Amino acid sequence: MCGIVGLFLKDPGLQPDLGAMLSDMLITMTDRGPDSAGIAIYGGSQPGRVRITVQSATPDTDFDGLGNALGEAIGTPVAITQKSTHAVIDLPADKAEQARASLPRLRPSLRIMSRGETLEIYKEVGLPRDVASRFDLRKMGGTHGIGHTRMATESAVTTLGAHPFSTGADQCLVHNGSLSNHNSWRRRLAHEGVFTETENDTEVGAAYLTWKMREGATLGEALQASLTDLDGFFTFVVGTRDGFGVVRDPIACKPAVMAETAHYVAFGSEYRALVGLPGIDTARVWEPEPATVYFWNH
Amino acid sequence: MQSYDLAANGLRGLNSQLHALKAQGNMTAWEVVNPRGAHAIAAGVDVPVEITVRGSTGYYCAGMNKQATIRVAGSAGPGVAENMMSGTVIVEGDASQYAGATGRGGLLVIKGNASSRCGISMKGIEIVVHGSVGHMSAFMAQSGALVVCGDAGEALGDSLYEARLYVRGSVTSLGADCIEKEMRSEHLEQLAALLERGQCDPTIRPQDFRRYGSARRLYTFNIDNAGEY
Repeated sequence: MCGIVGLFLKDPGLQPDLGAMLSDMLITMTDRGPDSAGIAIYGGSQPGRVRITVQSATPDTDFDGLGNALGEAIGTPVAITQKSTHAVIDLPADKAEQARASLPRLRPSLRIMSRGETLEIYKEVGLPRDVASRFDLRKMGGTHGIGHTRMATESAVTTLGAHPFSTGADQCLVHNGSLSNHNSWRRRLAHEGVFTETENDTEVGAAYLTWKMREGATLGEALQASLTDLDGFFTFVVGTRDGFGVVRDPIACKPAVMAETAHYVAFGSEYRALVGLPGIDTARVWEPEPATVYFWNH
Repeated sequence: MQSYDLAANGLRGLNSQLHALKAQGNMTAWEVVNPRGAHAIAAGVDVPVEITVRGSTGYYCAGMNKQATIRVAGSAGPGVAENMMSGTVIVEGDASQYAGATGRGGLLVIKGNASSRCGISMKGIEIVVHGSVGHMSAFMAQSGALVVCGDAGEALGDSLYEARLYVRGSVTSLGADCIEKEMRSEHLEQLAALLERGQCDPTIRPQDFRRYGSARRLYTFNIDNAGEY
């Protein structure tokens, strides 16, 4: 099973409500997967700044004094906003690589959830309702976002096994299904310098798209190539800094419904996830075709 | 007319009332409002009542239907009228995957398009689709008829038994052991009746369809093919 949702706003007037809309969509999908839940949100960016979202199983010790320690390590002050087990580190873009290298040394048990100019990822074990309230997701604004509620099949029920997965700056992916050739792709991608951190099949799907886009493919081209290279069942919903994409494998067993109005493009595993959206009764509602790439850009 | 607000009163309340109906009762017309994509709406009904669902439904609407006439004034999620036994189900919009799967009887009318696996393993149900159907439709279909006024996707009728398939538009590809067959007078008669019962546009003519069925090479064990199994 698993439930996935996505929302790409065309109307800037809806941006303050993105977190609330996406949270409601995800909570509706709770009975498709109660193991863990997560949301990726593309918020606003500030010129010359990037943000790194980190997660810790022991936030009280890991986040204590982290700002000062990291600021000292990279030679410039950083701002840290903690939300439960996650923290967002805001820092100058030109110090991002140095910070990524320093974090494992300063706090070995920290995990990087995402990095980029606008992307933040929050995910934990538990129900969507609890995850949304733990991270105050309803109050988050943004341009687009994706979410996932998980029924685990291919790897353990852990925070790191939850979706969304991010393997490149401002890139993330949620997946309903299971990939069967992920181990061979994990090895091949490592050889190409794209590394994964977990045993999870979906993370390999994300890393595959990161690799394709690093090699010059557009989001649409990367999704098209995944239809040939990835084996298994998948409905993917993908975010990039300014893009939003959907693709289903050729067999298309995993359900998908989309809706589009002048104000947004929305994705849900089921129509139930979309019924609360404004203007849904007059939206164009359709089932994405198998082996067909859909994507939108801001 | 009995009106039931599904969002306010829940699915179990609706289905338990429908299951408790007696054949000779006086509550013969029902309306379900605010379905909001809920699952299993009006599944397992076994009385000759008329039910209209005002909006789109989720998984398995009208599943296992016997006798009832159920109309979805919207689109239907996966498995609409799955394993229908008798009666009629009409979807005004589109239907998702495996509409009418394993159905043993009755009539399913889809006024929009149906997606993949429409009529998979059908066993006597009659399905009329005004639009097109997706890939693997009528997979392992055993008996009954599937009428498609538009086009059919890949692998139509794969591993087909004795169901009759009528398609007016193009067929992307035929599945294993499915072949085009001659349209004889009894087929034209059956098709004309189905087009009428399926509320199709009267300008759609039976002679514009092609008939597909089983080549019967696959489903009978043949010792010469033992290596293929």
